[in-house]
Amino acid sequence: MTLAFLRNPATALAIVLAAGGAVTPTFALAETRLLNVSYDPTREFYRAYNELFTQWWEAQGHDPVTIEQSHGGSGAQARAVIDGLEAQVVTLALASDIDAIAQRSDVLSSDWQAKLPHNSAPYTSTIVFLVREGNPKGIKDWQDLIGEGVQVITPNPKTSGGARWNFLAAWGWALKASQGDEDRARDYLTQLFKHVPVLDTGARGATTTFAKRGVGDVLLAWENEAFLALAEMGDDAFDIVVPSVSILAEPPVALVEGNIESDDQREVAQAYLEYLYSPEAQALALAHYYRAWDKSRATDEDIERFPDLELVTIADFGGWAEAQPRFFGDGGIFDQIYAD
Amino acid sequence: MLRISSPLPGFGLGMGLLLAGLSLVVLLPLAALLGEGIAMGPAALAGHLASPRVLSALALSFRAALIASAFNLVFGLALAWVLTRYRFPGRRLIDAAVDLPFALPTAVAGIALTALYAPNGIFGQALAPLGITVAYTEIGIWLALVFVGLPFVVRTVQPVIDEIDRECEEASATLGASRARTLRRVVLPVLTPSLLTGFALALARSVGEFGSVIFIAGNLPGKTEIAPLLIVIRLEEYDYAGAAAIGLAMLGISFSMLLLINATQVWNRRRIGHV
Repeated sequence: MTLAFLRNPATALAIVLAAGGAVTPTFALAETRLLNVSYDPTREFYRAYNELFTQWWEAQGHDPVTIEQSHGGSGAQARAVIDGLEAQVVTLALASDIDAIAQRSDVLSSDWQAKLPHNSAPYTSTIVFLVREGNPKGIKDWQDLIGEGVQVITPNPKTSGGARWNFLAAWGWALKASQGDEDRARDYLTQLFKHVPVLDTGARGATTTFAKRGVGDVLLAWENEAFLALAEMGDDAFDIVVPSVSILAEPPVALVEGNIESDDQREVAQAYLEYLYSPEAQALALAHYYRAWDKSRATDEDIERFPDLELVTIADFGGWAEAQPRFFGDGGIFDQIYAD
Repeated sequence: MLRISSPLPGFGLGMGLLLAGLSLVVLLPLAALLGEGIAMGPAALAGHLASPRVLSALALSFRAALIASAFNLVFGLALAWVLTRYRFPGRRLIDAAVDLPFALPTAVAGIALTALYAPNGIFGQALAPLGITVAYTEIGIWLALVFVGLPFVVRTVQPVIDEIDRECEEASATLGASRARTLRRVVLPVLTPSLLTGFALALARSVGEFGSVIFIAGNLPGKTEIAPLLIVIRLEEYDYAGAAAIGLAMLGISFSMLLLINATQVWNRRRIGHV
């Protein structure tokens, strides 16, 4: 009988498995492709930037390039790259997520942050308060967040990059307010999280809880997310309150050396990141509510939008390599706050 | 060589496909999880689980799943009974709607429930004067789990109700039994096996439910943080061992509970005879 061998389960199993292996596709690269793995709030910015870049790139006489985008929570995106997602470029919410890629895989060298200007952060942002129209609870600064009956919305710093900036901004203010007394800063943060009724997993989720579900009096948000919320939901629903002290949030970018397949691809990826610092791209970042460095091409409206405020930086916390385990690691300060 | 005589050929191919499919989809991932547990050893495993936060997340997940499945047991039985025993306009529509939780992405269900029960939602506003908050509390978690578990009970009980011989009930009534007694001694014993199966399926489904719950739970550590979310948080910390420990604990507890339910089935079958 011709199919007799199929009677043997082991043979049949082997055939099924082999068939599975044989159909693994091999794609031919028709043109240069780039995959940019980014975090949640940059969707709108990179959609515009990719168009700007490809036009400029072709105007320079190069072959067309296809840029693909992926967005998600910053930590989850970093984990995807570690687990083998072939991103040639990563643009994440904080340096510790790119550090994690460097530490836990061999696609990136640990000195990545020195390779581009401004700590590899082409645009920056900060943390501000979004309150309900007319600021009914009279919130002006961090101290007011732990007032009687005030509810604060912030995502979980374990799962959200933005929430880590929120946490450190609050810590930075509390340290300044208490002349560097860490115990009092810890007390303040403990109080603050008692006023948090919902911990969303990401920044966009927290914005939805606050804006659409009507929960809470204050949203701790990326400045660019706060402006975006005003632009999309109307500025008669919310007000932005700028605290006395906040943090300079630097979302960094890096070339993932280990995922580069050809010299052509390296050239495009390098240009893609460097062009972020060009006056045109910087103006685009400003128009998307990011604080960029080069204001020469931006409109007055985009420049004047940003108020001046005192900003602490991640360097004040000893850099992410020190701050990440101390505040957000297993058993770190955030865990201790909830264990009390 | 294993041979079972059957008039139809294809045992070898069938068995091969079964082994391949089961290995790829079920056995290999579970073996990887068990391997992770064995690699860390029982002491480290216990260490990962001993924190109050992990214990409260596990307790919450199983408590909420039990409460929701118990509710579904009663509500699902009533729903299945009405759908099979009575004819009324719109019956087919309701019957089809029961399957929606199977088809709808759970995230959509979670967002919809949250929108309805949030303080500014329709039901949330109505419940607020009574002092009941559903969204961002444990009650919200129960609600989401009732939603995902309901079709399991209805769909396992429905065909059995359909097959019950009505003459038995009529005989019971003519022999002088009250309605309650007929229900207790004639109808329920026949339904018990399918009810238990439905309960077990709903329970197993809702213990691990993630998508719908994270939208409606407040996700506060120690209060409304479910075990599957804690697994995700451990992964975000690159703590693969911690995540595997919680996964193993959930697997172990779920497996024991399903075993217990199956044992009850066997015991029940012996007690009342095969039905």
